[in-house]
Amino acid sequence: MVNYIWIFLILIGLFFALLTGNFDTINNSILTNGKKGLDIIISIFPVIVLWTGIMKIAEDSGLLKKFAKFVEPLLSRLFPSIPKDNPALGYIASNIAANMMGLGSAATPFGLKAMKELQDINSKKDTASEAMITFLVLNTAGVTLVPTTVLALRIAHNSANPSEIIIPGIIATFCSSFAGLLLDYIIRRRKR
Amino acid sequence: MNWLSKIVIPVFVIVVVFYGFKKKINVYDSFLEGAKEGLKITLSIFPAIMAMVFAINIFLDSNFIYFFLNIFRGILNSLNIPIEIMPMALLRPVSGTASLAIMNEIFRQYGPDSFLGRLASILQGCTDTTIYVLALYFSSIGIKKIRYSLKVGLFADLIGIIAAFILTMLLF
Repeated sequence: MVNYIWIFLILIGLFFALLTGNFDTINNSILTNGKKGLDIIISIFPVIVLWTGIMKIAEDSGLLKKFAKFVEPLLSRLFPSIPKDNPALGYIASNIAANMMGLGSAATPFGLKAMKELQDINSKKDTASEAMITFLVLNTAGVTLVPTTVLALRIAHNSANPSEIIIPGIIATFCSSFAGLLLDYIIRRRKR
Repeated sequence: MNWLSKIVIPVFVIVVVFYGFKKKINVYDSFLEGAKEGLKITLSIFPAIMAMVFAINIFLDSNFIYFFLNIFRGILNSLNIPIEIMPMALLRPVSGTASLAIMNEIFRQYGPDSFLGRLASILQGCTDTTIYVLALYFSSIGIKKIRYSLKVGLFADLIGIIAAFILTMLLF
């Protein structure tokens, strides 16, 4: 699927640029894209290394397991296929908590680590497991309590009440998360 | 809330380090071991990020999206959906920076307290870059068949967009 999206984005973009005679822009885009990709890697690289380091401390000391046990009643309903006491639950919980606080960059390492733990208990290594899909639905629905970047931009543009969008934002997020989890649940039930 | 999100990281680090100290594990060695793992994770997502950035920027720079939306101008107008918000709604699942740039442009043109400004603010906060996240997370562990995940992710985004639109109309 990602394969087709990739092909679609590139072919549509390039054909349309050639048809409209937009040569300069598209040449420039192709030549500078590598640098943009590298910039992203450079900005997340230290964050990932730092937080996987800190989270390893939490894992080795048993703190992560403790945290997982605390949120387990809630998460085990959403993830019936993950065994109890599995560190994946702790990483999933940490990822969601970091996302909620608007710490997107801190959430990514937790999420990647959660995927790694889920892969360890996955029976078909090239195919997404049900738990992975549920986790990513929860993750991409993006439960954000404090949208820091949006608030910063609203303040920069002299909004009279920058934070007025927080509550409607939470309600909208809740709607999309709920809809995603519901569809995920329905598909899982039907596959059985 | 702002205060809370500022205190969360330092408190988290204190709790983790202190708990490790209390349990008498070698905190420093654990950190190094985890960081080494982080190094491997970063290397494994590097190709996926390069690939996505390459394709997304070609698509964005071609301005195809504006041509595409013009075809549907009539339908969107009759549904009372402002066409200015559509590039952002369409790009939100693909690129966080792209939709942020469009939001900034909407704030500049219409102001953050206009209907469009509020709608854009809620939209930016309520969904995430689904396609990018799926590509990144799955490729980091070598998953090739992603099954129904994209369908469910995009469906959730669509509901989020509709909810944002209705809430903006009702509440402001």
